[in-house]
Amino acid sequence: MKSTKYVVTSQDSDVLPSDIALKIYELGREINVKETCFGVIIDGEEEDVEATAKEIRAMDPSNIFIKDRGFPPGDPRRCRGHRGGGARPGFYMMQHESEILPLISRGLAAEARGEEVPSSIGAKKRPSLEELEVMINEEFS
Amino acid sequence: MVKVMVYPPTSMILADLVERTGHEALVVSKEVRKKVNTPGLDSPPLNMTPDDPKKGLKYAAVDVPSGVRGRMALLGPMIEEADAAIVIRGDDCTLGCTGCARTNELTRFLLKTKRIPLIELDYPEDEFSAKQFVHKIREFLEGLN
Repeated sequence: MKSTKYVVTSQDSDVLPSDIALKIYELGREINVKETCFGVIIDGEEEDVEATAKEIRAMDPSNIFIKDRGFPPGDPRRCRGHRGGGARPGFYMMQHESEILPLISRGLAAEARGEEVPSSIGAKKRPSLEELEVMINEEFS
Repeated sequence: MVKVMVYPPTSMILADLVERTGHEALVVSKEVRKKVNTPGLDSPPLNMTPDDPKKGLKYAAVDVPSGVRGRMALLGPMIEEADAAIVIRGDDCTLGCTGCARTNELTRFLLKTKRIPLIELDYPEDEFSAKQFVHKIREFLEGLN
C-alpha cells in the first residue's frame, strides 16, 4: 500500500529540505520527493517510506519531525494549484506546531543527553548589582 | 507495540514522539488515507460513504449536528482501537475553519471514559516546560511496554 509522510525540520536545524531530498536520492529507493519550505513530502510503498523515514530522522534526530499525510503530493483535491490558491486544509495546525518545534527539539536533545528534568522550576532570583556588573562586563568587554 | 491515540488527532509533534518510542500513533491522516484509496469518493474526508453516518450514530445521537456524526465516523473507530492516549489540554489550535468544538469535547470524553492509560498535557510555552513535556511523554510511552 502507498504511504505519504511529511518530513518537517525545526528552525534550529542545520539540515535543509534540499539535503533531505539529496539523501533520499542517494538511497535509491522508489520514492517520490517534493521539496517544500518546511521540509519535504515523501511518497511511495509503505515499507520503503518507513525505512526512508528512519534514515532521514537519523540525519538530525532532535530536529526532524515526521508525520503521516492522507493525500499523496500534488493530489488535485488538496493541491493549491488546482484549487485556486489559499492555505491547504491542515496548514494552520502545522503552522501552530512549527512555532514550538524549536522548544520540542531542545527537549529531545536534553533527553538524549540524559539531563535531569526538575519537577518544577525554582523561583527566579533577580541578579544583584555586583552580578549585573559582572554580566555587563562579560557581555561588552 | 501499543496503539496510542493522539489528541489533537492531526498533531505532528505527538505522532512523532509516539513513533520515536516504537509505538503506533493513531492519527486522522491514516484514516483519511484509507478513504483516499477508496474508489468512488471525490473529496474525502468531506465526502462520505453511506456506511459512515451509521458509524457516527454509534457515538452521537441523531439530533446531534451532522458534522459531529461525520467527524465521529473517522475518530470513533480510532478511539475504539486505542490502547493508550495522549491528550493536549486547551484546543485553540483544533478550532480552525474545519474544526468542531463539540467533536473535540466528545473525543476527549470518550477517551477519558474508556479507562485506558491517558496523559493530559499543555503545549509548552518555554524551554523548561518543553523539557518537562518531552520527558513526561517519554516516561508515559516507555511505561506502556
